[in-house]
Amino acid sequence: MKDFFEIRWHGRGGQGAKTVALLFADSALATGKYIQAFPEYGPERMGAPVQSFNRLSDNKISIHSPIKNPDVVVVLDQSLMDTVDTTSGMENGGTIIINTVKKPSEIREKYKINKNIKIFTVDASKISLEEIGANKPNTPMFGALVKVTKILDFERMLKDTEEKMKKKFVNKPEVVEGNIRAIKRAYEEVVSE
Amino acid sequence: MSKIVAKTGNEAMAEAMRQINPDVVAAYPITPATEIVQIFSSFVSNGEVDTVFVPTESEHSAISACVGAAAAGARVMTGTSSQGLALMHEILFIAGGLRLPIVICEVNRALSAPINIHCDHSDTMASRDAGWIQIFSEDPQEAYDQTILAMKLSEQLFIPSMVTTDGFIISHAMQRVEMYDDREVKEYLGEPKSPYNLLDLDNPITVGPLALQDYYMEIKVQQANFIKESKSKIKEILNDFNKKMKRDYSVVEKYMMDDAEFCFVALGSTAGTLRYTVDKLRKEGKKVGLLKVRFYRPFFEEDIVEALKNIKGCAIFDRSDMFAGTGGHLFNDIKSALYNSSSRPFVRDYVYGLGGRDIDVEDIENVYNDIKDFTENHGKGESVKYITVRE
Repeated sequence: MKDFFEIRWHGRGGQGAKTVALLFADSALATGKYIQAFPEYGPERMGAPVQSFNRLSDNKISIHSPIKNPDVVVVLDQSLMDTVDTTSGMENGGTIIINTVKKPSEIREKYKINKNIKIFTVDASKISLEEIGANKPNTPMFGALVKVTKILDFERMLKDTEEKMKKKFVNKPEVVEGNIRAIKRAYEEVVSE
Repeated sequence: MSKIVAKTGNEAMAEAMRQINPDVVAAYPITPATEIVQIFSSFVSNGEVDTVFVPTESEHSAISACVGAAAAGARVMTGTSSQGLALMHEILFIAGGLRLPIVICEVNRALSAPINIHCDHSDTMASRDAGWIQIFSEDPQEAYDQTILAMKLSEQLFIPSMVTTDGFIISHAMQRVEMYDDREVKEYLGEPKSPYNLLDLDNPITVGPLALQDYYMEIKVQQANFIKESKSKIKEILNDFNKKMKRDYSVVEKYMMDDAEFCFVALGSTAGTLRYTVDKLRKEGKKVGLLKVRFYRPFFEEDIVEALKNIKGCAIFDRSDMFAGTGGHLFNDIKSALYNSSSRPFVRDYVYGLGGRDIDVEDIENVYNDIKDFTENHGKGESVKYITVRE
């Protein structure tokens, strides 16, 4: 029935879950899609579990209710899975992409994840430490998401993101370059079972 | 040339304010409307607008400064929400009575107590009798368009306006927005227009004098008459807006109403979710439609009665309660509008979403089944229901 694609981001306050949802929406818009990006607002504390959301469609999106059955879940910090039900609403299947050092099979066993959920993993923290110089897993996870979902044209999204970042970080070209390298690496390094 | 951008409701309203280029903005920050004036203040400091920005110590002062500036002939705007709008309350009536073309970007948020920062319509509803135009926005696009439209309406009619979005649901949600060129907005609005100028020393006037038993009544009846007459003028201005700015807005929007037996009525963002649910129910063969009330004040009762004339059962969604034991504001207005109509549907009020409580497609499907049962039972039972409430 639904003619849109829904994403839920899980992160910790300060990891950029909101920023990446906005960034993703903006990039998708540039490819001609209709978009929504919205964070979950509650008490905001550094390190506390937070969520943000995206809807994407080829048509105008009129629904404004919360996303309860996402097609894809992105987890910016594996440790969240110990306390947060990150696969909530995916009883009928879906895809989860996790920032972790573990392999998908290890994640499936550790968290007893249903067979109808596809698992992808990538060590986005390591990538961001090496490429950006800080543990900022959100932009690399964006690269992994684009690879897994094939919902956006990667080259176009990369170009668009670079342009937007250049405007935001006018005096810090190294930040832009690092982020772009991190997105590319996560795109290459994300693995399935 | 218009351009397509990704904007939250707050960003969209701030952009509209930039393009409107008011002479004066006086404001005090409040969640979830803070960003509107925060972003706008950066336009001021970057020299992108010619506005005098007055950061006041309270919302009461902010709207008071707006009244003063508007009386002096300036184009004036502000932004607020919830307790902020409540604190403006007494001055709202003065702005309405003095017929000052002030525009407020208002983000709908619950009123205390208990303290809550999320969406409902209590704040806007509490100011519905102040003599202001009130426009609800379904999404950031409407928030943007209607902010520009509101400035035109206020300057043409000399009635202040508030344009509202739903707190967080729209104010903080990013969506696709088609923005006009700065020049297009400038041309559409033209030069600021004010009813009088307090500072015109060659033609001295008194603003806000005393009028007791002798003249108060005449002045207020004039205001009431003018608001009544403004309805046809609002339609004309809206048609002109649609033509010039390439939109398709109406004072109340009918969706799938032609052959509908049942319908939903709502304000703001929930109208979008209702439209989605109407599509879903239609695919199941259910004859259901949606009536979206874009202008809540003035209240276009003739258009609403006309739209409901062939409806059997009407489910009214209220995101506020009057605490009078009679449900929400929209329900009471519509019920009273229907009283003298020859064909009246059964109406039931569904109070929902107070303090930001979610409303899902499933909840709306339940309402559809409920209004159907209610109608088949000839309206027996409570006429007001509170939905999505914990047992």
